[in-house]
Amino acid sequence: MSAVLPTQADRGGPAQPLLRVTDLSKHFAVRNGLFGRVQQRVHAVDGVSFSVAKGETLGVVGESGCGKSTTARLIARLLKADAGEMVFDGDAVGAYGGLALKDYRRSLQMVFQDSFASLNPRLTAIDTIAYGPQVHGLSKAAARQRAAALLARVGLAPEQFGSRYPHELSGGQRQRVNIARALAFEPRLLILDEAVAALDKSVQAQVLNLLQELKAERELTYLFISHDLQVVHYLADRVMVMYLGRVVEIGPVAELYAQPRHPYTRALLAAVPSMDPARRTDQSPLSGDPPNPINPPSGCRFRDRCPHAQAVCAEQVPVLRETVAGHWAACHLDDPRSGHAEAPVLLS
Amino acid sequence: MSPPAVVSLPPRRRGYWAGVARQLLRDPLTLITAAVLLAVIAAAVFAPWIAPADPYKASMLRRLQPIGTPGFPLGTDELGRDMLTRLIYGGRLSLLMGVLPVLFAFGIGTSIGLFAGYVGGRINMLIMRTLDVFYAFPSVLLAVAVAGALGPGMSNSLIALTLVFVPQVVRVAESVTTQVRKLDYVDAARMSGAGVLSIIRIHVLGNVLGPVFVYATGLISVSMILGSGLSFLGLGVKPPEPEWGLMLNTLRSAIYVNPWIAALPGVMIFITSMGFNLLADGVRSAMDLRR
Repeated sequence: MSAVLPTQADRGGPAQPLLRVTDLSKHFAVRNGLFGRVQQRVHAVDGVSFSVAKGETLGVVGESGCGKSTTARLIARLLKADAGEMVFDGDAVGAYGGLALKDYRRSLQMVFQDSFASLNPRLTAIDTIAYGPQVHGLSKAAARQRAAALLARVGLAPEQFGSRYPHELSGGQRQRVNIARALAFEPRLLILDEAVAALDKSVQAQVLNLLQELKAERELTYLFISHDLQVVHYLADRVMVMYLGRVVEIGPVAELYAQPRHPYTRALLAAVPSMDPARRTDQSPLSGDPPNPINPPSGCRFRDRCPHAQAVCAEQVPVLRETVAGHWAACHLDDPRSGHAEAPVLLS
Repeated sequence: MSPPAVVSLPPRRRGYWAGVARQLLRDPLTLITAAVLLAVIAAAVFAPWIAPADPYKASMLRRLQPIGTPGFPLGTDELGRDMLTRLIYGGRLSLLMGVLPVLFAFGIGTSIGLFAGYVGGRINMLIMRTLDVFYAFPSVLLAVAVAGALGPGMSNSLIALTLVFVPQVVRVAESVTTQVRKLDYVDAARMSGAGVLSIIRIHVLGNVLGPVFVYATGLISVSMILGSGLSFLGLGVKPPEPEWGLMLNTLRSAIYVNPWIAALPGVMIFITSMGFNLLADGVRSAMDLRR
């Protein structure tokens, strides 16, 4: 079929993760002083490792500034990582002999939070969606045809909305155009960076349902970044919790929501507004702001807000440990060998 | 998945510039301004056919005749030449001095600004700080200095004026490009795997050109006045060529004898530069997409 870009074949089989990220780090230099010397570094993402299985939705949660969006931009290669490697379905990304950047970028697309800033104000909806396929060699007519089909698929009648400019669309409609633009590449991984955060609740629900349908229909894999724990609960298969540039906990959604292991995850979940009066509390689950990422605390970065912090937390960086199958947490509380007084006693 | 074979495409929208033109046609002030400017430009272009007399033919007997003298509707200058004819011919060089440097500066400045803004980082800093050197001088002084160094003459004053405007255009182009570059749609375009040139052409240029164009239109009047200033100082056009700035200079001795005649070239400069400024304002508001 001439009007379709060739779909990218699944190479490694279902057991091979679609994306494996190892030790990803990004430090931003803070330039000030005379001549803009680098005086300080912001540790935006620090040694993040995880993998995304084919066909799953991995939710990424954490408060603002924890490195969620930076992680997304590093994966999308919009930013250059300082360290770490990425393997996409068995192929190293960016390495010599690995996957070419152009092919990698086609396999992975991103939907941004700001639906207005992510659309070129000078292009109509159809032209915006058709740009990508044209870059990859489709003729203009074929690309426009394809764009119209995708616009119809995301619920916007092409005759009515195709020739509109971004400022003539509502927020929800713009985000649908953004989703259609991403789909035009036939991607395998879709990064949704707070993609529904700016929409009001009813529109949000519609877009979330659309995303669920598209995922099933096109065998997509989602990396769903959000600060909205309820939305993540609804959409994700697994959840990754980030704090100050590090992964603190990662696990299956039901398990993690029912049995959070890291004190930070517990605090986050306690902050979710509840419909159940018995669960309501006046107490703030966490106090204070997250520490300055320029000078993160030594050892565990959560320790100065953690009710369980002890001396060991300042000395040693907790590593991710698998406590229950598939459920990993980075906390000394969990580790019998850590020397934390509240840690479970080693049974042997 | 395969999309349905045939999907009805929306009717082609009028292009962006067609929309701008339509908006301009609804703006009476801009239309009047454009008509006046067009008349001035047409008069300059067709000067040999519409001017009533020879712009160089002097007469010692008819010096400084007042406005309304039979045969000389706008009077005569200090050498007895027909003022109307000289004002019509003077538009040729004055408009050239107004438009050409801005056009050159627009081309050069936008290219440099786009490059600096898109690349960013150290290269950007190097380019922008170098251009800041030009900002250390008032533009009149800079134009006079460059024109003085190159020597008097039409082409040298064009070069001098271009040099004055390039840094200003670069600064506007660079700041707009830097803003546009940070927007998500440029990131989305980068994620499409498109080349840098394609991204700049389709996603950056279109959104940068508008504001820079409007800014440059506003510079035309400045350029005309600066150009007239250079001629006034004897660095631009040389007598007996008719040029508004030069005419203002040569007539200044007549200001006590016949002030109305002496003011006429100034009036032309005023009308024309005012026209370009109003036109720039009109274009600016017409180019705003969100209306």
